[in-house]
Amino acid sequence: MNQIQPYVRSLADKYGRERECLLPILQEIVATEHVLSQDAMVEVAKELNLSAAEVYGTASFYSFLNTKPHGKYVIRVCKSIVAEMKGKKEIVDKLCDILKIRVGETTPDGRFTLLETNDIGWSDQEPSMLINEKPYTYLTPEKIVQIIAGYQANGKSNNHQQIN
Amino acid sequence: MAPSNGLKRVDVIFGAYASTKYLILQKSIRREKQEIIQDIIDSGLRGRGGAGFPTGLKWKFAAAQPGNEKYVICNADEGEPGTFKDREILMKVPQKMISGMAICAYVIGATKAYIYLRGEYQFMVPDLQMELDNFHEQAREMNFDLTIELRMGSGAYVCGEETALIESMEGKRGEPRNKPPFPVVEGFHGKPTVVNNVETFVNANMICRIGVEEFIKLGTQDSRGSKLFSISGDTPKAGVHELELGMKLSDFVAEFGDDDTKAVQVGGAAGFCVPRKKFDSTIIGFEGMPTGGSMMLFNSSRSMYHVLHNYLEFFEEESCGQCTPCRVGCQQLLLGIEAIKRQERPASYLNQLLKLSETMKIASKCGLGQSVANSFSSIVENYVEEMIY
Repeated sequence: MNQIQPYVRSLADKYGRERECLLPILQEIVATEHVLSQDAMVEVAKELNLSAAEVYGTASFYSFLNTKPHGKYVIRVCKSIVAEMKGKKEIVDKLCDILKIRVGETTPDGRFTLLETNDIGWSDQEPSMLINEKPYTYLTPEKIVQIIAGYQANGKSNNHQQIN
Repeated sequence: MAPSNGLKRVDVIFGAYASTKYLILQKSIRREKQEIIQDIIDSGLRGRGGAGFPTGLKWKFAAAQPGNEKYVICNADEGEPGTFKDREILMKVPQKMISGMAICAYVIGATKAYIYLRGEYQFMVPDLQMELDNFHEQAREMNFDLTIELRMGSGAYVCGEETALIESMEGKRGEPRNKPPFPVVEGFHGKPTVVNNVETFVNANMICRIGVEEFIKLGTQDSRGSKLFSISGDTPKAGVHELELGMKLSDFVAEFGDDDTKAVQVGGAAGFCVPRKKFDSTIIGFEGMPTGGSMMLFNSSRSMYHVLHNYLEFFEEESCGQCTPCRVGCQQLLLGIEAIKRQERPASYLNQLLKLSETMKIASKCGLGQSVANSFSSIVENYVEEMIY
C-alpha cells in the first residue's frame, strides 16, 4: 500500500495539480491498478488540494472509474437494443459459462470482471464488447471461446501485481 | 443513384482530400476571419450532433466575445444508442475534423483546442495522437499557433451535453449547467468556447474547400449539405452511409429496410419512433424530423414494448440525477410500463405516464430529460396494444 503515494505523486507531476487534471489522473490509476482504492483517492485529494469527498464524488459519477476492485481484464458487453436483437444474451451466457461468474462479478483469481454496458458505438456490428479498451464485434459464442482462451493464455505469463 | 427513389448518396465526408499537409487550413488562415464566418453562415450548416444550431452563428458569437482566452472543443462523446458515424470519421479522416477545428480556432481567436473522446473509443488514442503530432508539426511550419489536446470521457452518456462535457473537462462530475450563459459566452474555465460535433467540423472544413455555392447544392432549403447516417438493426446494409438531407423516410426504408420494416427509430433513444404508416409523410431533415444520424430499423418480429423498455433502462441509468424531473421521471416511466405489462396497473395508467413524460420535457434541466418523452410518447401512442398485452 505504501507505493501508492509516490505513484500518485508521479501522476500529479505528469498531469499537473489543477482541478482539470483530476480525471486524467483517476483514469490512469484505473488503467494500471484496475480500481480506485480509498487510499489512492485520499492521496489524489492531498496532491490536488481537494477534499477526499470531492474526489470520490467525481469518481463515482463515471461508470468507467470503478471504486470497487475489478479484474485485470474488464469485459463490457454492449446491451443496447440492437445488441439484444443480434444475440447479446447468448454472448453473455457463454461468458458466464466459461468464466463461471455472473454479470457484475469477478473471477476468484482476479483475472476477469464481467459487466454489461450501454452502447459502445458498434451497433452496425453487434453483438459487441470491450475487453479493457479493445473492441470485439460480430461476436458469436464460438468466437467468445477463442477470445477468452487468448486472454487466459496471455495472463499466465504475466505476473502483474494487483492492489486491492 | 436512381433519382426515382429520392434518396441521394453522396461521398464528400470520406471522399478525397484528407490532406496530412493541412492545405485547406493553410489557405483558410490567409483569408479574412469575417469572410469565413459569413461563408459558414451562408452555407446554412447546422450542428450535426442532433440539436442543429446554426454553426456560423455559434462561431460569430464566440468571435465577437472580448478577451483572448477562448477555446474550441470537439465533441467526440458519441454516446447516443445506434450512433457510430463519428467513430468512422475519427478512424478514417481525422485530418478533416482537426482541420475544421483549427479553422474555427483561427476564426474565433483561440490558441487552445480539445477533443473530448468517449472512454469507449480509448482504442483510437494512439492513432489520433499520432495525427495530432503531425498536425502540430504542420501548424508550426505555417506559423499558426494552436495546440490540440485529447481528453477522455469515462462512460457517461450525459457528457455529450455540451455543458456537462465542459464540467467533465474541468475535472468535475458531468452535470449539465443552467443555460444561459451559453458556452460561447462562458464555457471552459468560464471563457468563450465553441463546442461542435465531430461531423460539424468536417463539414466546416468542407465548406472552406468547395465553397458555399457547391455546398448548398446538397440537401434542401432547411437542411443544407449531406449527413452521415448510422444505420443498424433489421437491415441488410448496416453501417455508415452518407446521404443528402431532406429525403422521405419511405425512400430510406426502400433502400435500407428488409421488406418487413415495422418502425424506424430516428435519432437514437432520444429521438422519435416512426411507425410504418407514417414513413411516407416523414421527411428526414430540419424541416421534418431532425437527427444526429442514428437510424435503427425494426421489423415485425420485434416487440416495441421491449424496445421502449431498453431505452428507459438506458435513460434511468444515464440520468445524472441532478434534477428531479429526469431522475425520478425516468425511474417511474420504467416502473410504470412494467406494472402495466404485469397488469398491476390498468391500461389507462399509460395516460398518466404520458403526462409525466410531458412534464419531464418542460421541467428537465438538459436535453437528456427533455428528450425522454420523444421515444416514450411516439412508441406508446403508436403501439398501445403492445404496451398492454
